[in-house]
Amino acid sequence: MSTIYAEADISLPNDTDVVVRRSFNAPRDLVWRAYTEPALVQRWMLGYPGWTMPVCEMDVRVGGKFRWRWRRDEDGVQFGFHGEFREVNAPARLANTEFFDPGDIGGDMGSGADITTDFAEHGGVTTLTIVISYKSKAEREAALSTGMTDGMEASYQGLDRLLTERLLGPATVRRY
Amino acid sequence: MLSASALDRTFAALADPTRRAILARLAEGEATVLELAGPFSLSQPAISKHLKVLERAGLISVGQDAQRRPRRIEAQKLAEAAAWIERYRTLWEGNFERLDALLDEMQAPAAGKRKTKD
Repeated sequence: MSTIYAEADISLPNDTDVVVRRSFNAPRDLVWRAYTEPALVQRWMLGYPGWTMPVCEMDVRVGGKFRWRWRRDEDGVQFGFHGEFREVNAPARLANTEFFDPGDIGGDMGSGADITTDFAEHGGVTTLTIVISYKSKAEREAALSTGMTDGMEASYQGLDRLLTERLLGPATVRRY
Repeated sequence: MLSASALDRTFAALADPTRRAILARLAEGEATVLELAGPFSLSQPAISKHLKVLERAGLISVGQDAQRRPRRIEAQKLAEAAAWIERYRTLWEGNFERLDALLDEMQAPAAGKRKTKD
């Protein structure tokens, strides 16, 4: 028995970690490949619409480095992440460090995060558990709350507005 | 500060219609327990109990006036807090949906050799 996460599940189990869980209808050796072969990673790890991933270099072995860079087609703005693999246990577990490269978008480099990705397969379904450990609560909040671009911020505002309306909207006010 | 259990508390607090109505009232301005008890035709202890749930969830706070102890809404802050975790989740989910499609493609038989069920 294992829980199936049909949609990405985010939890904050303590002050510094973020846990992301998601299940995939595929055996874990395939999920592992899609996660570790650069040509495959470049096809899905794109973030928000309008961005591509022109740089994806991954030397997947203990001590090997990776470098990822994204580019917004509209104006050429770029940013990225880089780090080093600390544990490579195909197809079950991958651990790496990760550092933010602000590129053109600016922002704090931070002191990086430690990431562990577990690939668990049950009955042909692979569940990923990604634990991202920041060095402090403040760094976690910065990572969670920093929008990648101003353009994206516009659509976030729509969401904030929607949530605020749902909490305090005209339909609720004065009903008591 | 914000944690998954804090968010759970927030959503649990919002699940009750009386508490949502109290928040709607507080959205118009701070109010004391007594002022809140009137329009809801609930006893003061019952209102206090709801207020405690809302306070624990971070949705309201108690104002400066020590005598009146007016309750104030904190929903804007909480709406923002709920929004940032949702935006972050959306970013991951967008990636994962593309990964779903890629994995389907990797598992599909080569074009032209696709098996049919009959």
